[in-house]
Amino acid sequence: MKPFEHHQTAHCENGVTVSLLKQQGLDFMTEPLAFGMGSGLFYIHIPFLTVNNGPAISFRTMPGAIFKRTCKSLNVTVERKKFKSHQAASDALETLVKAGTSVGCQVGVFHLPYFPKEYRFHFNAHNLIVFGKEDGRYLVSDPVMEVTTSLSPEELEKVRFAQGALAPKGHLYYPKQVGIITEETIRKGIIKGIKRNCRDMLYIPGNVAGVKGIKYTANKIEGWRDKLGPRQAALHLGQIVRMQEEIGTGGGGFRFLYAAFLEEAAVILKNDELIGVSEQITKAGDLWRDSALQMSGIYKGRLTAQADFKASADILREISEVEKQAFKNLRALKL
Amino acid sequence: MKKSEVPQDKSALEHFTREVCYVKNEEGQYDTALSTGWETKKVALDQAWEEIDRRINDAKEQVLKGEASPILYFMELKLMDLSVLAGYTKFWKWQIKKHMKPAAFAKLSEAQLKRYANAFDISVAELTNTTFK
Repeated sequence: MKPFEHHQTAHCENGVTVSLLKQQGLDFMTEPLAFGMGSGLFYIHIPFLTVNNGPAISFRTMPGAIFKRTCKSLNVTVERKKFKSHQAASDALETLVKAGTSVGCQVGVFHLPYFPKEYRFHFNAHNLIVFGKEDGRYLVSDPVMEVTTSLSPEELEKVRFAQGALAPKGHLYYPKQVGIITEETIRKGIIKGIKRNCRDMLYIPGNVAGVKGIKYTANKIEGWRDKLGPRQAALHLGQIVRMQEEIGTGGGGFRFLYAAFLEEAAVILKNDELIGVSEQITKAGDLWRDSALQMSGIYKGRLTAQADFKASADILREISEVEKQAFKNLRALKL
Repeated sequence: MKKSEVPQDKSALEHFTREVCYVKNEEGQYDTALSTGWETKKVALDQAWEEIDRRINDAKEQVLKGEASPILYFMELKLMDLSVLAGYTKFWKWQIKKHMKPAAFAKLSEAQLKRYANAFDISVAELTNTTFK
């Protein structure tokens, strides 16, 4: 195994996947490849649920899925553990780190001391790597940070046992064994990732997930001004923009990251048609940025009319159509 | 998004890190770029914090008027909701709701107060003699 190397990425789970696999000798790993093989792109607006008093929207697949799927596609077996006891969780980590294993940990960000205060909400699906211990402190590679950092055992225990939705329960994971990886393995992994992502974006029943979910949000937005009042409605739009653009997404609600994956896939699979789909996803990402700008006009108080809410909703409807066409084209390709 | 168009606005990330963005370079191929922030989302985050401050102030008013116990105030101050607080204290949500009433709060044992104080990272004295910051 190679010495551990920190890689900064847009998204934490992609970053953990890339860094841990590269250490295992999988030099070809990139963030877009991990994201694409793991079928990371998604959209869901969960009805009746609120997060921080705003709409519950996600632009990516469920936490943990990217690491799990990418490792599986690449014949990498994974060890993972959750704990009831804090002591057992600390002991298990200590033993692994002593043995020289780099370990992925799920943590909550509220008590994460090296994060800016403004970003410290009770969000529990953050991921980092513990790659050593020096002078009684754990060495930490947090993929969204430019450089590595460290945490005291107490600080690490606290974030590993954060409470609330998606409580990590000391969750740790690491690649255990790497099987044989040929070029064919990588190609098959990419194709599998693409097919699964087409299914998730186009064919999940109901109207809240995939490209249909984007339209669902559009319809909701049109009703917010009357239903919630201008102040609360503006806060809701602000929350969409934050979920879409905040640190970790690579911009445009992960769409640019997925377009970058398709560009890499075009080279590996020697299929230029994938470039065309990549362009379509880029267009969707640009439209998401446009919609953020338009919504910011509302939450900055510059735009206040119902017509402005409708304009936001209409951009989302256009995005839904663009993504629908892109994924239909992607699905139709002979890969 | 083009590499030349990556926003470099002031944000809360200053002095902590810059974030990775996926962008098109001059040859029209994907590349990464580091950004210090984007004003459009900075305003959204600022407003989320204004809303939090408003909720904290509301809670403070309720405690001062004797309508709620300090548990409500500290729950808002620490950005928690009932589920998060239930997780940290191991009380049931309905118990916490009860303890948010001043009368029930006054009857809490030292051990029960300690569970709340630990969850809020404060001392029992700070919890029972709230000095609002």
